[in-house]
Amino acid sequence: MSGAVHTGLAAPAHERRALRDPLVAVLVGLCLAAALGLVLGRPAPYLVNAVGQLAAFAILAVSLDLVWGYLGILSLGHGLFFAIGGYVCAMHLLAHGTVMTGTLPDFVQFMGWKGLPAYWAGLEHAPYALLLALGLAGLVAFLFGLVAFRSRVNGVYFSIISQALVYVAMLLMYRNDTGLGGNNGMTGFPLLFGWPMGAPAVVTGLAVAALLTLAAVLAGARWLVGSAVGRRMLACRDDETRLRTLGYSTTRLKLRVWCLSAMIAALAGILYVPQVGIINPRVLAPDLSIEIAVWVAIGGLGRLGGAVIGAVLVNALKFWLSAAMPEAWPFILSGLVLLVVLALPNGLLDLAGLRIRPSWASGAR
Amino acid sequence: MSALVIDALTVAFGRFRALDALSLAVDPGEVRAVIGPNGAGKTTLLDVISGITKPVSGRVMLGDRLDLTRCSEAQIARAGVRRKFQKPSVFPVLTVRENLAIGCGPDMAPGAREARIAAVLGEVGLAVRAAVPAGALSHGEKQWLEIGMVLAAEPGLLLLDEPVAGLSDAETARTAELIGRLRRPDRAILVIEHDMGFVEAVADKVTVLHEGRTLYEGGMQGARRDARVIEVFLGR
Repeated sequence: MSGAVHTGLAAPAHERRALRDPLVAVLVGLCLAAALGLVLGRPAPYLVNAVGQLAAFAILAVSLDLVWGYLGILSLGHGLFFAIGGYVCAMHLLAHGTVMTGTLPDFVQFMGWKGLPAYWAGLEHAPYALLLALGLAGLVAFLFGLVAFRSRVNGVYFSIISQALVYVAMLLMYRNDTGLGGNNGMTGFPLLFGWPMGAPAVVTGLAVAALLTLAAVLAGARWLVGSAVGRRMLACRDDETRLRTLGYSTTRLKLRVWCLSAMIAALAGILYVPQVGIINPRVLAPDLSIEIAVWVAIGGLGRLGGAVIGAVLVNALKFWLSAAMPEAWPFILSGLVLLVVLALPNGLLDLAGLRIRPSWASGAR
Repeated sequence: MSALVIDALTVAFGRFRALDALSLAVDPGEVRAVIGPNGAGKTTLLDVISGITKPVSGRVMLGDRLDLTRCSEAQIARAGVRRKFQKPSVFPVLTVRENLAIGCGPDMAPGAREARIAAVLGEVGLAVRAAVPAGALSHGEKQWLEIGMVLAAEPGLLLLDEPVAGLSDAETARTAELIGRLRRPDRAILVIEHDMGFVEAVADKVTVLHEGRTLYEGGMQGARRDARVIEVFLGR
């Protein structure tokens, strides 16, 4: 495009191509193929588990890209919604285990309680737990978004407040009397739908569920950004006042997409927790929420495929390097961020763009 | 009945009064130009009418029923007020056609939209550029696209903030002719402009603002002869 499209971080260059991104179709196909491969090929359980976790992170990255890349709202607190999904999922697993085995979870025994906290009632039922997780994430996002968007809190101010929100949630979760495991969190999930947690079939089932969810989220998000609503999102990102003075309530638009994004992030948390077998307040640490933004920026902001690639690459590297040389990982991640910011301002997808056609020569089509 | 009545409008930024008890009435079908030196309050006036800035006191009545100072930007737009900004404000990543589709507003039926977009494309002369991203247009084309966007919803009150700033003489003439065609008995147009020749070509009446107050109101010929106007605005 011939200049004029660079309006800061929120407006990456290849937007037009982003709207009919064949990469998304390829990635959806890859997810389905990988799911089939896991079922038929039966790789080692640790590998299956790693694939499933990467898929959960990719879903989380897509949720952030929807609001950041397409709506210009940078959340540095998306870990909050991920954690809501994760915590409710952990509660379901423990409640389900208590009903099936008759043994109370460790942290409940440790606190000297005679049973599960009263507000856990009904959580042994998976559909209710799912509804509660998504509903709670949506409600928290709605209340926060309503206050922020109506008061026209934008840009860096919004980012800082979202960061504060996740930090407050972390402090709350570190308390032992909340009935949510306190600083040790919740772990020792015995069963999933009546099946023993570590069984190969369960591990594969979880990874396949994560891959299929990622495929569905990608396809749904692709449909959304390609629709009339998606064009309004880009319009709002690039010139919110202009959109408002054409008769559109940008508060409502932002609120809807923001809540949707929060629920997708919760979905990622729901899929993540049974695969790692633990949740604790660390997922609410501010640096973890910043890391989500790093995945998206590294992969390619404002391109759904970029978010997936960034999340998968960074986390695969992290799995490998944080075992091989744990001290070096923070430096490698920082170096990667610097490299991308300096050399590839639109993320790794710039590499593909360079090969096909330099961005400054893409012109009008 | 006037299309727009501005009644004792005061806007203050700290201790500075950008508009000072300004009153002004525009008739339906009228093209009114607002001129004045920098800092006279011209753009502030449009900001208040379009809801971006809230006044300290005073009212802005659209027709005789709606006080725009109590409405949000979106409500004002849906009441039939559209504004063209000074800096061409189009959505760079969307195509000309997509920009116009958004310009049709949230209330137009999807069936009516396609026909309206086609009509506006013809009106602003961008039919051959319909599939081009707005960011790739020239400055003049962006100005016309934005005029098309604000026209798409058939506004009853059109606010134009320096529509020919930065345009060549040929483009200015073309824009003047375009605005002439926008005139309708049920549409009032308020233009802010520095280019006196352009104002003379398009406006029925001019209002000269100075330090947030009306210095002169009447024909352009009269403005050129008015001693106070000459002193504060035309120089000397």
